[in-house]
Amino acid sequence: MAIQNKNLLTLFNPVSKDNPVIVQILGICSCLAVTAKLEPACVMGVSVIAVLAFANVIISLIRKTIPTNIRIIVQLVVVAGLVVIVNQLLTAYQYDVSKQLSVFVSLIVTNCILMGRLEAFAMANKPWPSFLDGIGNGIGYALILIIVAFFRELLGSGTLWGVQVIPQIWYDHGYANNGLMILPPMALIVTGCIIWIHRSYNKDLQE
Amino acid sequence: MENLNIFIRSIFVDNMIFAYFLGMCSFLAVSKNVKTALGLGAAVTFMLVISLPINYLLENYVLRAGALKWLGPEFATVDLSFLSLIMFIAVIASLTQLVEMAVEKYSPSLYASLGIFLPLIAVNCAILGGSLFMQQRDFPNILTATCAGAGWGLGWLLAIVGIAAIRERLQQYSNIPKPLRGVGITFIITGLMGIAFMSFLGIKI
Repeated sequence: MAIQNKNLLTLFNPVSKDNPVIVQILGICSCLAVTAKLEPACVMGVSVIAVLAFANVIISLIRKTIPTNIRIIVQLVVVAGLVVIVNQLLTAYQYDVSKQLSVFVSLIVTNCILMGRLEAFAMANKPWPSFLDGIGNGIGYALILIIVAFFRELLGSGTLWGVQVIPQIWYDHGYANNGLMILPPMALIVTGCIIWIHRSYNKDLQE
Repeated sequence: MENLNIFIRSIFVDNMIFAYFLGMCSFLAVSKNVKTALGLGAAVTFMLVISLPINYLLENYVLRAGALKWLGPEFATVDLSFLSLIMFIAVIASLTQLVEMAVEKYSPSLYASLGIFLPLIAVNCAILGGSLFMQQRDFPNILTATCAGAGWGLGWLLAIVGIAAIRERLQQYSNIPKPLRGVGITFIITGLMGIAFMSFLGIKI
């Protein structure tokens, strides 16, 4: 029972309390650049979940044989291999989305979430908990991506997942899309506000 | 003229931080005071300036479809572009290691002041991002690639020094709501700086 609880904790802690993006401040780079629309944000989230989970398992399996001096390079090679696979799959099956994501799928390689979790968790834990940790952190990352993308697409284009949700009659009465939300800097400000709200509920995280 | 244009555009319009959010992690972590920010910025600029030409040569003479033609006509159909990501990151990681050793040997004082930042640069997205953008944009020659690298590096330096200066003042003179302190306000300031930088859009020389 105790082990089960611990595994559950590894899975669900990163979703809110220990969220990789807004608490650990990892993986900001890619997180913000792909959130102008909901669809690429979801694809990116799923890619990161997959890469993170498998990289965690692989590194955890070989953690005892990696010499400490070259572990960064070994980790980079494992991650880069997985990212190449994801990239090829996306180009094959989701060509439009992969065009929108451009270099950011490749940049998962240098995503700090991966290096951070591999260093902090997979190097010291068994494969199964590492897998759960990867999934949990991936979900935490995807969650923030989706929240940011939701607001940016809703306010910036008046659509969700490409479907118009703001009724036409509003536009007829002078409602206008906020073009600023589409631009990159607003992603930072939206994330800043998420951090603000999150920290006002979790007082122990305040500085 | 073309190169100068690309150089200036890379600093202001295509700024790594404000337009692409690359190298954000170290940008947020190391921007607490101006001096360390300057050190990291210099290191990133240096890495971009040397890694971009090398990756440019690699891309154009080894990886791209038909790039191996110089080896003989039978290699003209070889396309190694799926390897580019792994090659780029390997080049950057080993360059970082080399630069670290060189700096340690020839300039111990600089080495001491950069400290932990040198090895961290290997996983700085701005460097890898520079190489990937170079590949995506098909720069006409190696000089252009170098200019773009220098521009991106300087743009990154400018951004991190700017935010570090703002954060130093912020600590002394402002009364920020508690939940927003630290990371939260840094995000919002970066966003506002980004909006300011957007006024450079469309610069042509």
